Amino acid sequence: MALKTEPFILNVGPQHPSTHGVFRMRVTLDGEVVVDVEPVIGYLHRGIEKLAESRTYTQIIPLTDRLDYLASMTNNFGYVLAVEKLAGIKAPERAEYLRIIMAELMRISSHLMAVGFFLNDLGAMMTPVLYMWREREKIMDLFEMVCGQRLTYNYMRIGGVSHDIPEEFLPALKRFIAEMPKFIDEYEQLLSENEILLARTKGVGVLPREMAINIGASGPVLRASGVKWDIRKADPYSIYDRFDFEVPVGTIGDCYDRYWVRIQEMRQSVRIVEQAIKQLPRGEICARVAQPLRLPAGEVYGHIEAPKGELGFYLVSDNSIAPYRFHVRPPTLINLTALKDMVVGWKIADLIVIFGSIDVCLGEIDR
Amino acid sequence: MTISLDCERVAKRLSQEFPGSVLAVEKPAIVLEIERLREVAEFLKTSPEFELDYLANLTAVDYLDYFEVVYHLVSLTHNHGLMLKVRCYERTKPMVPSVVDVWRAADFQEREVYDLMGIVFKGHPNLKRLFLWEGFEGHPLRKDYL
Amino acid sequence: MTLIDQFRIWLSGLVPEWAAYVIAGVAGIVAILAFVLSVVIVFIWYERRLLGRFQIRLGPNRLGPEGIFQPIATAVKILLKEDIIPERADKIVHWLAPIVVFTPVLMVFAVIPLSRGAILADLNVGVLYLVAVGSVSAVGIYMAGWGSHNKYALIAAMRTVAQIVSYELPLVLSLLGVVLMVGSLSMIKIVDAQTVPFIIVQPLGFLIFFLGALAEMNRCPFDLLEADSEIVAGYHTEYSGMKFAMFYLGEYGHALAYACIITTLFLGGWRGPILPPFLWVLIKVVAVFSLIVWLRATLPRLRVDQLMAFAWRGLFPMAIINIVVVAMEVLWLVDMSKWLVVAINAVLAGGLILAWSRLFVLGRGRVEV
Repeated sequence: MALKTEPFILNVGPQHPSTHGVFRMRVTLDGEVVVDVEPVIGYLHRGIEKLAESRTYTQIIPLTDRLDYLASMTNNFGYVLAVEKLAGIKAPERAEYLRIIMAELMRISSHLMAVGFFLNDLGAMMTPVLYMWREREKIMDLFEMVCGQRLTYNYMRIGGVSHDIPEEFLPALKRFIAEMPKFIDEYEQLLSENEILLARTKGVGVLPREMAINIGASGPVLRASGVKWDIRKADPYSIYDRFDFEVPVGTIGDCYDRYWVRIQEMRQSVRIVEQAIKQLPRGEICARVAQPLRLPAGEVYGHIEAPKGELGFYLVSDNSIAPYRFHVRPPTLINLTALKDMVVGWKIADLIVIFGSIDVCLGEIDR
Repeated sequence: MTISLDCERVAKRLSQEFPGSVLAVEKPAIVLEIERLREVAEFLKTSPEFELDYLANLTAVDYLDYFEVVYHLVSLTHNHGLMLKVRCYERTKPMVPSVVDVWRAADFQEREVYDLMGIVFKGHPNLKRLFLWEGFEGHPLRKDYL
Repeated sequence: MTLIDQFRIWLSGLVPEWAAYVIAGVAGIVAILAFVLSVVIVFIWYERRLLGRFQIRLGPNRLGPEGIFQPIATAVKILLKEDIIPERADKIVHWLAPIVVFTPVLMVFAVIPLSRGAILADLNVGVLYLVAVGSVSAVGIYMAGWGSHNKYALIAAMRTVAQIVSYELPLVLSLLGVVLMVGSLSMIKIVDAQTVPFIIVQPLGFLIFFLGALAEMNRCPFDLLEADSEIVAGYHTEYSGMKFAMFYLGEYGHALAYACIITTLFLGGWRGPILPPFLWVLIKVVAVFSLIVWLRATLPRLRVDQLMAFAWRGLFPMAIINIVVVAMEVLWLVDMSKWLVVAINAVLAGGLILAWSRLFVLGRGRVEV
C-alpha cells in the first residue's frame, strides 16, 4: 500500500546560516526527500556591469574586487589581463612574478575557506574552519603587508602591480610556504578518512562528466567530474608556462571528489609559489601607461583560472576612456546550472552539502 | 594554447554545409544569420572536426542600431576556440533562437541577457528574470535606459 | 540509609512526623536543584572553554578571571530578550513545550546517588524510573516543533520522534546488561556492586549506552534536531527569551543527567580510593562530559537515514547480542572469577565492533523521484 504524501515547499531563504551568502532556493520536499529545487538569485545585484560603463579602466579595478570578494586578487588579475590583451601592453617581469605569487596565495586562501565551510555544512561545528583559518590569517597578513588590505585588495594595475613588496614579505612568505605542506597533511589526516565524512559525501551529488561539459562547468567542479581542463595549462596566460605543476582530476564528480580536488590544488599552488620565489627578478613593477587609458576600438575576451572556475572578462571598447561594454563571465553562476540534477532524490541535509561543495560566492553570481 | 580557429576557413566550411548562414566574417568572430543559429550550433557541436562542446561565454552588447549576441565556444578535446555573433535589428522586442538544448550552459546566461537587455530567446524553457524582481519595468543594461 | 532519611529521623525528634517528612523532602529537592543548576552553569563555561581549546582558540576569557562569569552574562542576556511568539502558532502548545522538555531533566536527578547515601529517593526501581521519565522530553520537543508554525521546526520535530524512539531501544537493552549483572534495579545497589567498574566488565554495553545517550541528548554527531547548517535552529527556531533559556538549560541539564547516569551505572558512582566520594562523582561526571564535548568538536553530523540505519542495523543487534551473552555469563559463570567475565566481554566487544565495521555500510543512496 503506497502511503499518500503531500510535497511541501520550503524556502531555504536568503537568510540562512549555510547558503554562503544571500542565496534563495525554493525547495519542494516530500518528507525529507528533495523533489525540486529552484534557485532564486539577485539579492546582491549591484549593477557592476552598468557601473563599469561610466568609469575609466583603472577605476573599474576596485569594482572587480567586489565580484568574488573572497578571491579579489584573481578577479583583478583577470581584468587587467583582458585589458592588456586588447591594449597590447606588456607587464614587466617582476610584476608578472608578483602577480603569480599573489594569485596562487589567493587560490590557497579561497580553497581553505571553501573546504572549511564545506565541513561546517556537514556539521563539524567550526573546528575545521578554525584550523584552516589559522593559515588563512597568515595569508591575509602577507597581503596586508603588501597592499594594506585584508579582503578587497585592488592590487593589480593595468601594466603591472601597484605596490612593490616590502622587505619583510619574502622571509614571511618563505616561512609560510615551508610549513604549509605540513598543514595540508594535517588536514588530510584529520578529514579524508573520517568515516562520517565519507558516508555523507561519497556518491552524493554526482555530476556526470558529459553533463559537466554541457553545462559549461569550470574549475574544481569540472575537474572533479573527470575532465582535465585547467586554463593555466590549456591556454596559459601570464607566465604560467614557466612553472611545473600538476592538475588534479577527480573520478566520479561527487562531493568528496570536489573536496579532494581542492585539497590537492592547494598543494600544487604551494609548488608554484615556491618556484616563483626562486625565480623572482628585480626590476620595475608597472609599465608606463597613459592615464586615463584609452583602449583601441575592438573587443577582447580574457579568461583566467580563478579559484572557483573560469573567470572571463568580455570587453568592448570604442576608443574612449571607459569601456563600451563590460561583461563578467561568472564561474559559479554557470556551475549552478546543474544544481537541480545533482540534488533531486537526495535529502535536505544533502542539499546543503552539495550546494556547499560547488563553492559559490554571491558577489560573482549576482554582480 | 587554445588556438582560435581561422574564421575564413570556418566560414567557408559553414557556407558549404548551410548555405546562406554566414553573413560576414569580422575577425575574430563569424556573424551568423539569426534563423540559422541553431542548426549551425548543432553542427559545430557534433561534427568531429570542430567538436565545440563547451560554451564558455554568452553575452549581448547594445550597439544602438542593433543588438549583438556573442557566443564564445571552446572544444575541450581539440583545444581550439571560436567566436560567433548574431545581430538583431529589432529594438522593441528582439528575438533570438535559444541554444539551451545544444549547450545547457546557456540556461542562466540567456536568462541574464533577457533580464538586463530585453532580448527574448525563443525556445528557452524558463525565460524569467534572473536578477531583477518580477514586475520590474525596463532593461537596465540597454544604452537608452539611463 | 540515605542522608535524607537520617535528616528526617533527626528532625522528627523536633517536629511532628509529617512535618519532618515534608521538610526533609523539600531540603533534598532544594539541594538537588542547587547542585543541578550550579553545575549546569559551570558546564556551560566549561564546554565553551573546552571547545575553544579544541578549535585552537581561547574561548570566553573577558568576563571575570578566565571568563567564569560568561554563563551569568549569557543567562542575563537571554532573560532580557523579548519573548516573541509567531502569530499563527498554537499558543498553548508553544508555551507548554519548554516546560515539558525541562521538567523530566530535573526529575531524573531524584534517583542519582551523588555520594554515599546522598540520594533523594532510594527507589528500588531506580533504573525503570530513569528510563520512563527520561523519554518524556521527546514529547516536549515534538510539541515545540509543532507549535511553532514553522516548516523548519516541523522537520526537526519529525526527526525528533524518529531519532529518540530509535535510540531508546539500544539504550535500554544495554542498561539491562548492567541490571542483569547486579540483579537489582536500584541505583544504590548498582553502585555497591561495582567492585570492578562496569565499563571494564561490559565495554560493549558502555559503548552502546554512550552512543544511545548521545542520540537522546541531541548532541553531535547526532544533533540533527538542531542542525545549525540545515534547518536553522530546528525545534527552537521560534523561541526567544525565557523559553529559549529553558531549552538551553535543558540541553545542558540533559548532558549532566546522562553524565551522572553513566557515572553511576558504568564508572562506579562515588567509589574510589583516597578522595571523598562526592569529589569522585564530580571527577567522573566532568570526565564523561569532556568526552561528550570532544565528540561535539570533532565529528561531522550524520544524515537522518544514516542515523536510523545506525540505530536499527548497528546498535540494536549488538545490544541484543550483548544482553544474551551477559545473561549467559550471569547464569553459568557468576561463581568463577570476575576477570574471566571481563575477558569474555572484551573479546565480544572487539569482535562485534570489527564485524560490524566490515559488514555494515552507513547510509543508503539516492531515492528515485
